[in-house]
Amino acid sequence: MAYKKRIDGRKFDEMRPIEAKVGVIDRAVGSSYFKIGKTIAYAAVYGPRELFPRFMQNPTKALLRTHYNMMPFSGSGDRVRPGPSRRSKEISLVTKHALEPVLKLDDFPNAVVDVFIELPQTDAGSRCAGICAASMALADAGITMKDLVGAISVGIVDGQVLVDLDYQEEAFDGIVSDVPIAIIPSTGELTLLQMDGQISKDDLMKGLEMGKKAITQIMDVQRAALKAKFKGE
Amino acid sequence: MRMDQRVKNHILKYLSQGLRFDGRKSDEIRDISIEYDVSKTAEGSVKVKLGETEVLVGVKLEVGKPYPDKQDEGTIMVNVELLPLSSPDFESGPPSLQAIELARVIDRGMRESNAVDFKNLCIEKGEAVWNILIDVCTLNDAGNLLDAAGIGMLAALQNTYYPKLEDGKINYKEKTDKKLGLKLSPMPVTVYKLGSYFIVDPLKDEEMAADARLTVTTISDGTICALQKGGDLPLTLDDIDKMLDLAIVKANEIRKSIGDKNAKK
Amino acid sequence: MTESKLMVGNKDIVVPGDILATGMEYLPSQGTYRKGNEIISSLLGLVRVEGKVINLIPLSGAYLPKKGDTIIGKVIDINLNGWRLKTNSAYSALLSMKDGSNEYIRRGADLSEYYEIGDYVICKITNVTSQMLIDLTVKSPGLGKLEGGRIISVTPTKVPRIIGKQGSMVSMIKSATGTNILVGQNGYVWVKGEPKGEILTVKTIKNIEKNSHRSGLTEEIKQYLKNNGGKDGI
Repeated sequence: MAYKKRIDGRKFDEMRPIEAKVGVIDRAVGSSYFKIGKTIAYAAVYGPRELFPRFMQNPTKALLRTHYNMMPFSGSGDRVRPGPSRRSKEISLVTKHALEPVLKLDDFPNAVVDVFIELPQTDAGSRCAGICAASMALADAGITMKDLVGAISVGIVDGQVLVDLDYQEEAFDGIVSDVPIAIIPSTGELTLLQMDGQISKDDLMKGLEMGKKAITQIMDVQRAALKAKFKGE
Repeated sequence: MRMDQRVKNHILKYLSQGLRFDGRKSDEIRDISIEYDVSKTAEGSVKVKLGETEVLVGVKLEVGKPYPDKQDEGTIMVNVELLPLSSPDFESGPPSLQAIELARVIDRGMRESNAVDFKNLCIEKGEAVWNILIDVCTLNDAGNLLDAAGIGMLAALQNTYYPKLEDGKINYKEKTDKKLGLKLSPMPVTVYKLGSYFIVDPLKDEEMAADARLTVTTISDGTICALQKGGDLPLTLDDIDKMLDLAIVKANEIRKSIGDKNAKK
Repeated sequence: MTESKLMVGNKDIVVPGDILATGMEYLPSQGTYRKGNEIISSLLGLVRVEGKVINLIPLSGAYLPKKGDTIIGKVIDINLNGWRLKTNSAYSALLSMKDGSNEYIRRGADLSEYYEIGDYVICKITNVTSQMLIDLTVKSPGLGKLEGGRIISVTPTKVPRIIGKQGSMVSMIKSATGTNILVGQNGYVWVKGEPKGEILTVKTIKNIEKNSHRSGLTEEIKQYLKNNGGKDGI
């Protein structure tokens, strides 16, 4: 085990600093800003609104559409070409699956709820930041949901299990695995689970437990941000 | 989008008393604020608030081969993303006509003003030059995105720092303290014509009700470096005369309010 | 048997997932659900405990059309049987020929003589189906076409604050600004007066919308109107 101390000095179960704010985009029905370390996500919710084309309408509930997008200057290297990529489409899809289980959309048959996630600056963990932002924006939009969703990445860097890998750790020269997860805190169920790299079953389960604890802390920040919007001053 | 004649008549009624829907005077600009360095992954970035309208502008610098006809000059590229996050009226998909027009108009103003010293961007003649890639991303559309984008582009470029070059390759992790630097401060101001009235910095309703618009980009001495007429109705020479005057005055007012070094006293 | 316990107080702000009460004594109502021994919030809302019933008043969100609501709609289409209105929600609504006027409209009449596309109409929702097909009527006092003035939209959940107790807030703004105001449950507000009065009305309504959670809001708004050129003697 070579990775004894994290590059930025964090404890292995410690996340980067988190900031959250709700109601940041005036024209949206619900919106939020979520920052973890150097990764920043905005989310805006529009709807429930009329859905076209009509064949996409579901007569039993509103459709959830999610759009994940990196702003062209948000990558750590060259400019990112604008427009959807295979990567951003996949992330949009897993984001939808991460959020949908907590939403109750049957009050709005045939309609659509659109969630737009935009990242002006990224340093790993952007899909998780996007899910955290989206979950707050959905609550801010007054959508009925049984819980908020929190997301974080866990994994191993050179044999060490830890939470919230940053870019330097993802790029570490050695065995790295990155496991983004999303959890419904009140039930402990996972709604997002992906992995890059290699990990043993034991380490994975250890990581998931660590992630679960981290997400309860994220939840506290999300809750406080939502309440702050409606409290005096 | 079709404009309601009723809303237009109502706007005109206000203008006949020298007022706007939000209580402003016809030539009054909303408060402007700029937050710098909002994206550390960009070489320069700002968030501009113009009233409730908000845009993010990021500048990336890349190294590329120069054009064969301009072997010792770098290039500039401007792109505008009208994000569906910023308005219920914007959709995902390829850039709309509005996005393309907006990008091209602010691009022309910056390019033709010669504010950027393109020769300064040369690293090795015929081999390597800096390319400036500017992206405007809208956050909230409460009217007048074009002028907000123009202010943002100027402020972002003025605060762009070169990244470190190592054997011809960029190390984006390390920024140098060398500024890109702009010689001048081109500022687009769009003047809208409604009936016989001229207004600047429109709200969404006013934008949609306007008969015509003219974007005028000027530098501090009043030299015009880009023009774009839009809208359904034609403009007379007399209209244009008045619109140019207004744009020049307002451009300097904006330069002053954002603390631009090229603002005239 | 475990003891029942209320975990929140009246008017607390809660978010989805917050535990509101434990035990079987309390009953979940609007915006809440029961999970085993707990009652949990499913909305961003304000707690209201009425006896043993816990419900939430939503703080935000789009308008969901309900039978009996008085709303302001915008005519977006005219067909043979009536008018289609935009309702500031995910659903448009139908104002049929027979419900569109107190006078009899014969078949084949030019319906645009009654309402044109772009007109705003204040009407009542008479029916909402499970598929959200919505019927409207103007056959009640105070309903019908809104002539002149301007429309603004506010967060529908703030409408009760803008209206105030027994319409007290709206009456106060009306008399201070000399405007006429109609508030639709769907969040469209119609304001008509002289430009200066309309501007002050719109600013005041935006102010209420922003500070709707504050106690002593009425007094604050009274002062705001006074400070911004509203007429005295409210």
